[in-house]
Amino acid sequence: MSNVDQNPVKLLELEGVSISQSGREVLHDVTFDIYKGKFIGLIGTNGSGKTTLLRAILGIISPSSGHIRFLNSSKQGRSRNIGYVPQKIDFDPDMPLRARDLVALGLDGNRLGISKRKKSDKLLIDSLVEQVGAADFANSRVGELSGGEQQRIMIAHALISKPELILLDEPLANLDLRSQVEIVTLVSKLAREGNITVLISTHDMNPLLPVMDRILYIANGKVASGEVSEVVTTESLSSLYGHHVEVVNLKGRILVVPEIEEGGFNFLRGIPGNEDH
Amino acid sequence: MFSAFMLNAWEISSIVAVVSGVVGFFVVQRANAFAAHALPNGAFAGAAAASYLGVSAVIGLSVFSLAGALAIAGLSRRTRSDVATALVMVLMLSLGSLFLSFSSGYAQQIYSLLFGEVFGISRSEILPTFVVSLFCLIAVLFLYRQLIYTSVVPEAAQAKGVKLAFVDLMFLLILALTTTMAVPVIGTVLIFTLLISPAAAARSFTSKVPVAIMISVSLALITVWVSIALSYWTNYPVGFFVGACGAAIYASGRIYRSIQSKNLNFGEANSLHAL
Amino acid sequence: MAQLGSVFVIAGFFSSYPVRVALVAGLMVAVVSGTVGTFTIIRGQSFAGHSLADIGAAGGSAAYLVNIPAIYGFIGINLVAGLVLEFIGIGRLRGRDLATGIVLSAALGLTALFLYLDTIASTTTNVTASLLFGSILTIQGSSIPIILAVGAIAIAIVMVLYRPLVLSSISKELALAKGIPETKIAIGFLVALALNVSLTAITVGAILSTALLVGPAAIALKLTRRTGRAILIASAIGVIVTWIGIYLSYDSYYWPPHNHGWPASFFVVAIIFALFVTVDTIVRMRRKYLVGKRPAKG
Repeated sequence: MSNVDQNPVKLLELEGVSISQSGREVLHDVTFDIYKGKFIGLIGTNGSGKTTLLRAILGIISPSSGHIRFLNSSKQGRSRNIGYVPQKIDFDPDMPLRARDLVALGLDGNRLGISKRKKSDKLLIDSLVEQVGAADFANSRVGELSGGEQQRIMIAHALISKPELILLDEPLANLDLRSQVEIVTLVSKLAREGNITVLISTHDMNPLLPVMDRILYIANGKVASGEVSEVVTTESLSSLYGHHVEVVNLKGRILVVPEIEEGGFNFLRGIPGNEDH
Repeated sequence: MFSAFMLNAWEISSIVAVVSGVVGFFVVQRANAFAAHALPNGAFAGAAAASYLGVSAVIGLSVFSLAGALAIAGLSRRTRSDVATALVMVLMLSLGSLFLSFSSGYAQQIYSLLFGEVFGISRSEILPTFVVSLFCLIAVLFLYRQLIYTSVVPEAAQAKGVKLAFVDLMFLLILALTTTMAVPVIGTVLIFTLLISPAAAARSFTSKVPVAIMISVSLALITVWVSIALSYWTNYPVGFFVGACGAAIYASGRIYRSIQSKNLNFGEANSLHAL
Repeated sequence: MAQLGSVFVIAGFFSSYPVRVALVAGLMVAVVSGTVGTFTIIRGQSFAGHSLADIGAAGGSAAYLVNIPAIYGFIGINLVAGLVLEFIGIGRLRGRDLATGIVLSAALGLTALFLYLDTIASTTTNVTASLLFGSILTIQGSSIPIILAVGAIAIAIVMVLYRPLVLSSISKELALAKGIPETKIAIGFLVALALNVSLTAITVGAILSTALLVGPAAIALKLTRRTGRAILIASAIGVIVTWIGIYLSYDSYYWPPHNHGWPASFFVVAIIFALFVTVDTIVRMRRKYLVGKRPAKG
């Protein structure tokens, strides 16, 4: 399940990071390390600061105190090559942009001026489209694709610049179960092939359990991290969520099953993404 | 119909149509229609100020439209951009009404600034219009990819180091220049239609950005040519024909697209391509 | 207006008939705009709200042509425009801006035509200016009943739809889940918006119509997140600012450069703009201060 790596290389280091947004301290004194090649799940409720944390790592917002450091690199934040799949993208169905054009934007969308695209770039775009299994719909309007198809394209878009680290913000939200599994399998396969570190935020950790190495749990502005085997136990999860959560082994698969309280799905309150606001 | 003064009308309206077609594509793509309405409208107030102060209308137009662009960009960082646009626009317009109240005998000019004086263009106005147009086109080409990237997935563009606020501001300034150039020629009403309708229709006919821009330019040219010709023959105002053409091409775009997607859905239902 | 100069300003102010009419009309206009405007901003329809003022001018100029009161032209075309807006996609976030633009540009074309026909018919171009810049100090006393009636209808619609409007403005999904007929609510609101803007555009002009629709509500929503409270604050700000504008406009008959009065719309807009920037700055500074004082919750 997890990489057995004798000499893990530290990629990223967060030290005492606090971030405030519109008058509220969203993250408080967050400290953790990310090691190269790991598949990390970022778990937390809606509004717990998952997106804020990812945007801080990207260098889009800067912490009010503390440091975010990339090891073995002088480049920080924005100038670094990090792949990013933002959450909840609402593509205009009428927009004249093909799926493969969106992938190409990951390659040169930040450049100024215009130029004819090189043959090698075209081949690269083709191969990425192929790798994420999007060849069938690469020439369709991106706004007309299904949610799962759009996620595949966004993953290709994030990977085309050959990043060391890729951040995915709630890529499984609004997907049906089958698409969720497909996306997780795809990301994990591509990450392993390319030795890419993955940080993926989600409200439901079950789809990630088969591939995840580490968990970052975020709540009340604080972050706790641990190996999956340490965190995903009935005791530890129950205390994190503040509700009883059962970890079961079902035919060799680990599943997290929240306890159903009287009146329906009250347990879901503890689990991100399911709150009725 | 092709006499000397009509030639001026043909030339200048074609220049304006080309720029509007290109800039308009990004207005639609970036959902900036309100700004495309607010800047010409507000700039029109600048012309009133210029007339009162006794300076050239172009100065009033450019000062008001560029200041308006800066103000909209600045205020958009503090509040929703549609609210920012509305507030800046009414501020400019109210300044215009103030200067208008100081001047007198302006009514005729109001009409011509609103609906343009394409038949009253002099030879000397063509060169400046051409130069400003060229500048706008070069600026759009320079920012081309960032303009698209930030409109499709702003967060991802930001992660790649693109400064959203900078791109927004630059585009509003391009829009302001387009406005300054176009308002004295075709008026605030026509420039808005030329920025919106051809580009909105073009999106329906293709799924490639460069092709959409070319179609947008073509439709803008057709719109002004047809409108000028009809206006010349019928004596009805150009503005009416531009508005009618704009609505017609937009409607034809929608119809084309709905027929096409019906065919597409039908095709998909027949194949085994599920999900 | 010449005799105005000879009267003591305040006393003259309230005894002036146009002023009293303006104060009453201003009150109604500001309250309706505060009420409808709050939802206009929450629903992201400021552009539509402004456009209806310009679209209404097409109806107004058409009405002028066939000799019926302009207000009916405004209301008629704006109701139609509201329906078209809903039909071509004002509800979708990505299409909202464009849908409004398309309808506006078509209406502007019609305005060009009708104004042209108007000028042929009456050889006057003043109709253009008055449609755009209509002045609160030139409202006829006889139009007060219709102002009150149309305003009351717009407010009544918002009040009837109040709860579903709040809900569907917060979350469409939530509204759908609760079985709220989203489309009907949306159309209902557009009708209220159309009536509001028709009323304000024709009485106080397109500039003040948009300024009063968007400005006070935008300020109020900086001050509170509760919809009901925002409506009250927006209406109060609107009324006060409008009355100050009327007073200053009246007073400005003695001002340079020509002693013939500055437009009320200028004062109202300038005050609203300044107030918006000030309130926004204060709210921001307060937030920064609070962050320093308060640790993260939990």
